[in-house]
Amino acid sequence: MSSEGILRTFRNGEAIPVRDVPEIALHAFLQGAVDLTGQGWRIASYFGVPDREGVALWCILAGSQGRLGALRSWVERQLPSITSSCPEAHLFEREIAEQCGLTLEEHPWFKPVRYQRPLRRAHEERGSGAGVQPLPAVGDFYRVEGAEVHEVAVGPVHAGVIEPGHFRFQCHGEVVFHLEIALGYQHRGLEHALAGGPHPATVVQLETVAGDTTIGHATAHAMIMEGLAGTEPPPRGEALRAIALELERLANHCGDLGALAGDVGYLPTMSFCGRIRGDFLNMTAVLCGSRFGRGLLRPGGTYFDCSAGQTADLLKRLEEARRDYSGAVELLWGSPSVMTRFDGAGQVRPEDALALGLVGPAARACGIERDVRRDHPFGFYRISRPPLRTQPGGDVMARAKLRWQESQASLEFIHDRLNSLPEGPVMSACGAAAGERLAVALVEGWRGELCHVAITDAAGRFLRYKVKDPSFHNWSGLAMALRNEQISDFPLCNKSFNLSYCGFDL
Amino acid sequence: MADILIHLVLVILMPPLLFGVINRTKAIFAGRSGPPLLQPYYDLLRLLAKGSVFSRTTTWVFRAGPIVTLAATLVAALLIPLGNHLPPFSFNGDMILFAYLLALGRFFTTAAALDTGSSFEGMGASREVTFSCLAEPVMFIALLTLSRLSGSLSLSGMLTHSSAALWMTSGAALILLVAGLFCILLVENCRIPFDDPNTHLELTMIHEVMVLDHSGPAFGMILYGATLKLFILGAFFLHVALPLRSPDPWLDWLVFCASMLLLSVVIGVVESSMARFRLTRVPQMLLAAGVLSAFAMILVLR
Repeated sequence: MSSEGILRTFRNGEAIPVRDVPEIALHAFLQGAVDLTGQGWRIASYFGVPDREGVALWCILAGSQGRLGALRSWVERQLPSITSSCPEAHLFEREIAEQCGLTLEEHPWFKPVRYQRPLRRAHEERGSGAGVQPLPAVGDFYRVEGAEVHEVAVGPVHAGVIEPGHFRFQCHGEVVFHLEIALGYQHRGLEHALAGGPHPATVVQLETVAGDTTIGHATAHAMIMEGLAGTEPPPRGEALRAIALELERLANHCGDLGALAGDVGYLPTMSFCGRIRGDFLNMTAVLCGSRFGRGLLRPGGTYFDCSAGQTADLLKRLEEARRDYSGAVELLWGSPSVMTRFDGAGQVRPEDALALGLVGPAARACGIERDVRRDHPFGFYRISRPPLRTQPGGDVMARAKLRWQESQASLEFIHDRLNSLPEGPVMSACGAAAGERLAVALVEGWRGELCHVAITDAAGRFLRYKVKDPSFHNWSGLAMALRNEQISDFPLCNKSFNLSYCGFDL
Repeated sequence: MADILIHLVLVILMPPLLFGVINRTKAIFAGRSGPPLLQPYYDLLRLLAKGSVFSRTTTWVFRAGPIVTLAATLVAALLIPLGNHLPPFSFNGDMILFAYLLALGRFFTTAAALDTGSSFEGMGASREVTFSCLAEPVMFIALLTLSRLSGSLSLSGMLTHSSAALWMTSGAALILLVAGLFCILLVENCRIPFDDPNTHLELTMIHEVMVLDHSGPAFGMILYGATLKLFILGAFFLHVALPLRSPDPWLDWLVFCASMLLLSVVIGVVESSMARFRLTRVPQMLLAAGVLSAFAMILVLR
């Protein structure tokens, strides 16, 4: 356990002085990251800050007993890759190389993540055509050679109304050997826009990282700002935040179960869940007027209070939605034709899930006990939280069942919270951000762990604001789930993960 | 003469209504009000008024696909008796022509799909051909069984022969035959549980993916051809499954139309109450349908 000595540990939502994290030699930094991930730590975020003539490297690790750890180093232009001994770093490394204009040494699959220009100061443009923005999905894809192997390219324009992404399958007849996913079509330059903040628009920008995770990202951002200012939101505000986060989870899990039914052509549950998802969204609208929870959370608490009338209304709607939702899901479990489709489709082995660092329902459906609400409790979850659920199997069935179990837990949790809302204000004044601080916030959004990291300069402005959506980990899980799977089951597997394109592309 | 006219009018005008009924049934099961019953007609009119886009990589095969398919299906529709009325054409062995007209339509649909050079359409064509290899024998065994039962070698003879009385004498064979033919009816018309005509997921499609590149009037022809195929295979199926006959010709036409609509409702109910099979299960189901009709034949030959 000696390698933990180089770590500066702290709690979720805490802000620590930047100087408390010593800058260590690159070799020790990389060795430390590899050792620690082998000792129960996990990479929550790993990013570079273009600085001086090189790049400051930051690695945020999540450990046991609610501890987070930070490592810092510095690199000039060549970053040795640790992916071969620590696979969960693979996408982070590619992102660092792309954002900071570095070259990766010995990365097994070194190519752009989002096909974008480097952040701020461009040191060295990678590849040809300096200063020219590369086009998404241009370049080599992994290819399987052989007369009987054929390649199927899907997207970025799809037949349905979904976000753009490019999927390249290497197929042998109907069987998929390999799937490579190329994203970046939705890149909005979010992290670039956040630098130098907090601006008045920062909260709004972070609410739109992924439209369906508005509450999740807003919670993480509020935690960052509160940590930097040393503010604690009042208990009533914390409780309302937790209610909103669970409502978001319910709406999305319900929508996903409906969409899974739709993908196998089972219409009743598809139609019912589609409507009930709207009921859950409307409950968020009862709280704040926006179905997606825009404007509900602000640093310091929540912008809206919940009156006694609203509480009663919510409890009534919750009961109705619970009844309808249970009925729709019973139909799903009751149809053998659906169960045979879900069973065994898109299996991810637990060891692969651990190696890739999957988070959220995708990990819990592989039997991995991983939930930020329990491991690194934040906000109201420090007092009370829904029980952690896992499912064995790692297939579409496990991911579907887990969604229903988590929905039940969330329904119970919201019901209890509404019946015992703490009294008092919902918002406390949030002061200015402290300078030279590192703040980290982990939140269990409905897709899994999302992580915001802010590093402030002497004036308390963001030197770097790093956003990581759970999709960043889990897209690799989808690619693994498709190995040796029928290509016709891809949409079903894809829906069982339901990952965000814009949350990934930022 | 009047019968032939009515036959033609029904064949030309009625098929899209079946799709309307199926969609409405599915909508009601899903708790929606659903599109108007006549929506398929509006869709066809809209498509006919549109322009066409043809990829530069395609040849005449691509353009000929929808036309040949529709023409073949229309000719097949002239061979099938509707209700107790004889079709415009009938001769000994016309069932072979009937089966191969449908096969010709399929051949041109798949050829047009392959002509685009798209990997999706190639995939769809390969699935379609694989499944029809397994579906065709079922059809032929069913035709042989019916031929044996009726002692006739023409479609109209063997189909109008079945009646309530026949169900009393060879009910066991007919039950097996009906089960096999219902599978064929669903698979040939790309219905759930074999295919999903409403899906937007390219990778799961069988028939729909083959026509992704068609647009405008050509796509209208494909859509119309699909409804027509459902109409004629539905009429075929009803002769065996529900041989309701009436001596009064006008009443008989009414009974026929009503039973076609009933069949559409049944298809809608099936689609609403089960999910699609995994693609690897479809051949197994078709083999099962083949075994069922083979047993029917054994029972008849006994």
